[in-house]
Amino acid sequence: MKIAVCIKQVPDTEARLRVAKHGRWVDEDDLPFVINESDNYALEQALTIAEQHAGEVVVISLGPERVKDALRKALALGAARAVHLVDEAFQGGDAASTARALAAAIAAQDCALVLTGAQSDDSGWGATGSILAGHLGWPHAWLVMGLEIEDGGSARVTREMESGMNEIFRLKLPAVIEVQAGINHPRYASLKGIMQAKRKPIERQTPADLGLGVEQVGASGARVEILDVAVPTSGDGAEMLEGDAAAMAATLVEKLRREARVL
Amino acid sequence: MGAQVLVITQLRAGGLERVAREAIAAGQALATCIGGRASAVVLGCDVQAAARAAARFDLDRVWLLDHASLAAYTPGAYVGVLQQAITVLQPSHVVASHSYQSVDFVPRLSQAVDAALVPEAVSFETSEDGVVYRRPIMGGKLQARVRARTAGRTLVTVQSGAFQATDAAAGNARVENLEIDFSTVHADREILGVEQVGGDQIDLSKAEAIVAIGRGVGGADKMQPAKDLAAALGAEIGASRPVIDNGWLPRDRQIGSSGQTVAPKLYIAAGISGAIQHVVGMKGAQCVVAINKDPNAPIFALARYGLVGDLHEILPALVEQVRAAKAD
Repeated sequence: MKIAVCIKQVPDTEARLRVAKHGRWVDEDDLPFVINESDNYALEQALTIAEQHAGEVVVISLGPERVKDALRKALALGAARAVHLVDEAFQGGDAASTARALAAAIAAQDCALVLTGAQSDDSGWGATGSILAGHLGWPHAWLVMGLEIEDGGSARVTREMESGMNEIFRLKLPAVIEVQAGINHPRYASLKGIMQAKRKPIERQTPADLGLGVEQVGASGARVEILDVAVPTSGDGAEMLEGDAAAMAATLVEKLRREARVL
Repeated sequence: MGAQVLVITQLRAGGLERVAREAIAAGQALATCIGGRASAVVLGCDVQAAARAAARFDLDRVWLLDHASLAAYTPGAYVGVLQQAITVLQPSHVVASHSYQSVDFVPRLSQAVDAALVPEAVSFETSEDGVVYRRPIMGGKLQARVRARTAGRTLVTVQSGAFQATDAAAGNARVENLEIDFSTVHADREILGVEQVGGDQIDLSKAEAIVAIGRGVGGADKMQPAKDLAAALGAEIGASRPVIDNGWLPRDRQIGSSGQTVAPKLYIAAGISGAIQHVVGMKGAQCVVAINKDPNAPIFALARYGLVGDLHEILPALVEQVRAAKAD
């Protein structure tokens, strides 16, 4: 069973963000990048399934040169091969144009299952996997908290709903599964894995390799564009306490007693 | 395609969900924005009562799609009927709530009808750039202003709580059956059931005080100061999702959209950035204290008191101060 995993490299959620001079995105200079959190869980799920069903995992990512690091890490964790959609034309896409490129790359892979994270920690469209499934004409499920591959070409899926409930259903394969963080416990790369990853192939693909025109991908193929980004101004904001830890703690306790009257 | 808004309503137990009324309020506001009228579509099986409930709002029409194939939600059936409804009605904008159900099928619907998709809008306005939507990016640390860059239809999902259900204008709309071809509509899931996550829950909803910890705590072995503070305050321990996913606390301590909803008098959020998924579970708290090393963390926007710094220094200092105050 061949499984494709779509991962995205995103700014580390712990990193301090600055708006870029052009105002349309964050300043990426000196910004630490990592594999998107829910994509880590998707990769772990794929590796586990591949181990149980004698499968192979191919990891796919769209993005600039720096994305090689994310792909190399996925290879170190156990993916067999990587596909890097890398071209200036791929940049600046939305969920629609990114999904179109990923679908074309996956269609060439002959896989029975696509796994990806439910949402990226940067753009947060929460839509790329579902749109990709639409292009492939496969069933999909978003926010998946449980996945078992069954005999006979189906999957038993547990999907998160609001207020602490899950729904359970069966999907026919091939399918696209969008994984929620917390579905499993992602492994760490072993030294052996890191060494082996250096010899594993990363195949570079351009829009032309995918049979797509440059106008169909990236910013040109996007239906939505970002005009600018800014720090949100919502609510009155907190009264910020001053001083070192001890001084702030003393002020806070005083205010909680005398002002807010909750102590 | 005229300037018309179609609102997709989410139902529960045969009635309109709160998020459906929020979506109606958003749809009415968007219709005003573009100089058009809003209609709603109610879909399901035996959902005439929900359609009548929707008709009590100021809408041009309530379109009813009532069929056995819609008895259980599946993206295949929903996308199948809504694609036809959009083709017949030709709305310029489609609005739905950004619920876990909508996010499951609306992106796929956007692909099926070749529309621009704006997920999780918190507001919109008309400008010389057309309709401009605001939506969170970077886990809510930043907001982006976005717009559809090509002519054509736009599908918008609105963040829970961004529009108030009580702002939906009342009216008296006509309910009409929408004739579509149900023979081409197919479920793409075999529904097996539902389950409660985690079994016996610790009920945090009644807690008077909660010390909630986030990813910033850094590890299961670094939680003692938070636990000491909870003990000193007589508070419960809660957490945002990453803490649970990392296995640092059991799932019944999770606060947020997929966990519990709480409304304590005092809520101390330590190392929690304030992503919307967490905020929806705690915004009813009376007094929020935010402790975070990032002064731009969105949690500070809704806190009454903010402490910028290392929680591993601040929490032990707070434990001392609270113990001293209680000893008075």
